[in-house]
Amino acid sequence: MPRLVNLYPSRGSALALGALPFLILIAAYLFGSAARLAENPDDKLLPAPSAFVDTLKSYAVEEDRRSGEVLWWLDTGASMKRLLVALAISAFIGIAGGLAIGALPVMRSLFGPFVAALAMIPPLAILPILFIALGLGEVAKIALIVFGVAPCIVRDVSLRAGELPKEQLIKAQTLGASSWLLATRVILPQLWPRLIDALRLTLGSAWLFLIAAEAIASTEGLGYRIFLVRRYMAMDVILPYVIWITLLAYTMDWLLRLARARFFPWAETR
Amino acid sequence: MASVTVKHLWKEYGDQVVLENLNLHVADREFVTIIGASGCGKTTFLRMLLGVEQPTKGQLLIDGQPVPAEPGPDRGIVFQRYSLFPHLSVLDNLMLGLEFSGSRWLGKLFGAKRREALEKAESLLEAIGLHTARDKYPSQLSGGMQQRLSIAQSVIREPKILLLDEPFGALDPGITADMHEIILRLWQANRMTIFMITHDLKESFQLGTRLLVFDKRRHDPHAPERYGATVTYDIPLNRKKHTAPTPALTAELVR
Ligand SMILES: Nc1ncnc2c1ncn2[C@@H]1O[C@H](COP(=O)(O)OP(=O)(O)OP(=O)(O)O)[C@@H](O)[C@H]1O
Ligand SMILES: [Mg+2]
Repeated sequence: MPRLVNLYPSRGSALALGALPFLILIAAYLFGSAARLAENPDDKLLPAPSAFVDTLKSYAVEEDRRSGEVLWWLDTGASMKRLLVALAISAFIGIAGGLAIGALPVMRSLFGPFVAALAMIPPLAILPILFIALGLGEVAKIALIVFGVAPCIVRDVSLRAGELPKEQLIKAQTLGASSWLLATRVILPQLWPRLIDALRLTLGSAWLFLIAAEAIASTEGLGYRIFLVRRYMAMDVILPYVIWITLLAYTMDWLLRLARARFFPWAETR
Repeated sequence: MASVTVKHLWKEYGDQVVLENLNLHVADREFVTIIGASGCGKTTFLRMLLGVEQPTKGQLLIDGQPVPAEPGPDRGIVFQRYSLFPHLSVLDNLMLGLEFSGSRWLGKLFGAKRREALEKAESLLEAIGLHTARDKYPSQLSGGMQQRLSIAQSVIREPKILLLDEPFGALDPGITADMHEIILRLWQANRMTIFMITHDLKESFQLGTRLLVFDKRRHDPHAPERYGATVTYDIPLNRKKHTAPTPALTAELVR
């Protein structure tokens, strides 16, 4: 019998093990739902599976009677647009700021403490400022996400730049690299994988800020919908939306991981 | 041409004297091997030649000029580790120096210039026996292959001076013979002055034309940082005659 730390499950059993917690959760839900509904058929907390099917049909397939839109896709489109634009802006700030701060000591002195302080401000605390200054439209929501995510990415990417062995940077200079070539040919290419890691890690907070902004001021979006139907305790809407959000977030994370392995194979740890 | 002159050189870190009163003249195309106890300042000396560390007192001259305060393409370096670029393939690692010199803004070569650089890189790859690994990343190479590549990478810009800081220290003794052959071949082909730190006495005798031993002349048991190291032995070597360390000298050196 090998030690537990050396016991690796086969591919099949790893899959089965991974699915187990999900299956247990689903079973627990079905059991709880059935028990509660048997006691009180009008119970709203744990709707029966059939209720989800009805909701999905009326939200994701049929048009809304009032607006003439299919709400599910309207909300998804609006939220994804905000999130992706905000993440793209954050990634750009992250790589540019991280490279500048990580590569140039002058920039580190100039912006290092500032970015560190910026990253400490709780973004939700400045949400009112954003709404007052930028209005209730899309800009404020995107700004909140960028504000919450970009400083962390800048810090993470610049830390990575600082971790590059001094030997490498000296070597590049003995090969005749100028500051510019050092930044673009040696440092920057080694920061891309870390940018992807940083994006993956901040994905959770990006969603948090998106939903918070949508809950407070919006007319469509996944977060808006959840908080809207909360008033009617419509668990049959909230739960599918939550699962959908989770699925979207998971897919984004998976795509980022795939892109890292595909485009930066040298950075994969073996 | 690259002669190195050291005049009354001192290096101190705060209260600690690392090198004291170093005086030396090294002629062009000399192969200087350096040995000495751990922590006695061998790497510090190399770093001053490299330009990343400045003398506290005294002069360090290359061809009569003070060493520039920055590393440059006239002085190549091979560290014990970490001097390859992990995001570039073997071939691209080798090409990098040529791309830096040939393209100031992109750092990439195209067309005829690229073909010319490729030719040079490929022939060097052949010389160090890495042509079959040309598309691998450094992390996929063995330690010996990495060091061979690192040496070739430093040599491709044809530096006047090549600095080697225990380049084979982390390698299996079995493969050092190959490495010695490669370094000697590159030294002869490229007309460089070489400074090589090693902790292997035999290696220092086999490779060098001149051996420097760094050690402290004076020692204060209560304040070891009071006195620094200097060159205590300066031994001309003749490789043809296979100079070998006499037992008496060996005993003295490894003391
Ligand atoms: N940046 C620094 N600041 C302060 N002290 C330093 C610095 N660099 C080196 N030293 C000190 O200088 C001394 C010589 O260091 P050096 O690295 O040159 O030794 P070395 O001869 O190369 O040793 P080894 O054989 O172990 O590599 C050491 O005592 C070290 O503590
Ligand atoms: Mg050393």
